[in-house]
Amino acid sequence: MEPLTRSASDMDPTRVGSNSDALAPPPIRRLQLEDPEPAREATAPLAPGDGQAPQQSGFTTAKRSVGAPQFSIRRMEIDEVSVHYGAKEAVKRVSLPVRQGEVLALIGPSGCGKTTLLRSLNRLTELTSAARLTGRILLDDVDITEIEPTLLRRRVTMVFQQPNPFPMSVFDNIAYVLREQGSRRARKKTLEPAVHSALDRAGLFEEVKDNLDHPALKLSGGQQQRLCIARALAAEPEVLLLDEPCSALDPKSTQVIEDLIVKLRDDVAVVIVTHNLQQAYRIADHVAFMYLGDLVEYNSATALFGSPREQRTREYVSGAFG
Amino acid sequence: MQDTPLTAPPVPTPGQADPPGAHRRKGALEGSATWSLSDRVGLAICWAFGVLFCAIAVAIVVYLMIQGVKFLRPEMLWTPAAAGFSETETGGFSDAFLGTMIVATLGIALALPAGIAIAVWLVEYGRPATLARVTESTIEAIAGIPSIVLALFGTVIFSSSALGFLSRTSEGVVFGRSFFAAGAMLSLVALPLIVASVREGLNSIPRHVREASYAVGKTKAATTRRILLPTCRPQVATGAMLGLGRIIGDTAIIVVLLGATQNFAPVEGVGFPLDYLRGAGTTLTNFVYEASPTGNLNQPQKAYAAAFVLLLMVLALNAAVDVVHRRARKAGTWSH
Repeated sequence: MEPLTRSASDMDPTRVGSNSDALAPPPIRRLQLEDPEPAREATAPLAPGDGQAPQQSGFTTAKRSVGAPQFSIRRMEIDEVSVHYGAKEAVKRVSLPVRQGEVLALIGPSGCGKTTLLRSLNRLTELTSAARLTGRILLDDVDITEIEPTLLRRRVTMVFQQPNPFPMSVFDNIAYVLREQGSRRARKKTLEPAVHSALDRAGLFEEVKDNLDHPALKLSGGQQQRLCIARALAAEPEVLLLDEPCSALDPKSTQVIEDLIVKLRDDVAVVIVTHNLQQAYRIADHVAFMYLGDLVEYNSATALFGSPREQRTREYVSGAFG
Repeated sequence: MQDTPLTAPPVPTPGQADPPGAHRRKGALEGSATWSLSDRVGLAICWAFGVLFCAIAVAIVVYLMIQGVKFLRPEMLWTPAAAGFSETETGGFSDAFLGTMIVATLGIALALPAGIAIAVWLVEYGRPATLARVTESTIEAIAGIPSIVLALFGTVIFSSSALGFLSRTSEGVVFGRSFFAAGAMLSLVALPLIVASVREGLNSIPRHVREASYAVGKTKAATTRRILLPTCRPQVATGAMLGLGRIIGDTAIIVVLLGATQNFAPVEGVGFPLDYLRGAGTTLTNFVYEASPTGNLNQPQKAYAAAFVLLLMVLALNAAVDVVHRRARKAGTWSH
């Protein structure tokens, strides 16, 4: 089986998710505009040639592929959240805002609790019986423990480290999300527009439109991961969680996905966990640095990488430890 | 295997890195030539046993094929056994052939859904944990019990008056031997194999695949039905095939719980198919036993013919599983 042809659009960021109304405000439940201060913070050192701040921490080669956010709406609020696995405290009293219109990156060395924090946002931690969460997480001002988990997980969807399409056709992967629980109802025809739109938003439609019956597991790694993003988008979520989505991919696919993530931030609030500091610098608007379960520093990407306030952050972003 | 030569082959420096004997082989393949004597003897023993086993298996199949082709007449498959003094007078083994089919269908119809259900519970839920552990060891225990012991236990169960409707009752005494009784007990023989195979299939699915389904708001039940079970279709097929093989091959339960009559012995009463299932009968294995020189019938030619039919059935099962596995491979799998 030959993988579907990879078109030039893979390399061209403008083609990814050719969504004409990307700039139009998405449907929102509550409109609560944030103080745009952080947004301006992110724009300041963007001018070309202004290498001052990055030089300080060795980020001269990384380019920010992200412009200033157009707007930001608070979607989730992490409030004094701690997560224990038995006696071990994996996340210690972390508070963070999650905003639509921005990409929030969680960085930190392995085992610092960033993935645990991410998985708490859609209550996936509850599947690990030993995990215990204290504190509050609000989604549009409603405590997520009061939302039925399956409903919550449709509003806060997740993409994993390993591309994990279901062993069925490309079409069925998306249709599975659109259908009721285990049902096979809803004909292919009626689901077609929604499936196409999800694939389109993930920038995959052009590559797979000729053969939507292609087995998903026979796509290339990058295409599989974009299919997983399409699947997560098909549920029309408000928040998209990405757990190191590029760590299993080659640089070319990584770039396609990074461009896609930046594009998505207007439609959904994006939270990404990454090991890759350059990646966080390239695509994130805000960065939270975690270390041993503590939230050490939270700031705009340029500020956190350019002039970290904390000693540990400075050491981490300059590569003193990993 | 190396398709492409290394771009810069290392310059051989004799006496430095080469182990003794390495010069005998070309290329970078590791050969046993450099091994110590005991290792080489060990390898030879492994090889010899493998070849010996292969030779025995081929001999059995080829011999049965030859005998089968020589003695099998197609009409044996639709002629019932009859009384007679020579092999030409005794008819065929249609009842035994049909009996095998019936017993296999009944057994697998009970064992497959039960086996899948148990495997799903053990792997996906496993609560309460103690009960799950006990169930696990119980199933392993059943796998180890000889089928004749199960058969004896079956006589106790199916001779009880509460289950009298499943077999013949005369003058208040429940006969306890019928296709229902044999099928139910044979399903116990197949069950552990199915459970083990499906569990293996479920366990081989990475955890993040389940989580991907939960992460789009699907319940455990929906995930199991639409993602997990379809993914382990090959293992379900393997389990069913192994189970069917055991059912088809069992003789003890047939003798004890099916009555081992040479022909169907339907019980008059309810109506066409059920009457036959409530009655006694026989299967191919039992026919082979009876027709072999040690059995009551002593007609070895028909024994060979029936054994050949059994062999063909098992080969067909193997081929079916192969098809399922090949189709699954075409759908691809996750990188780990």
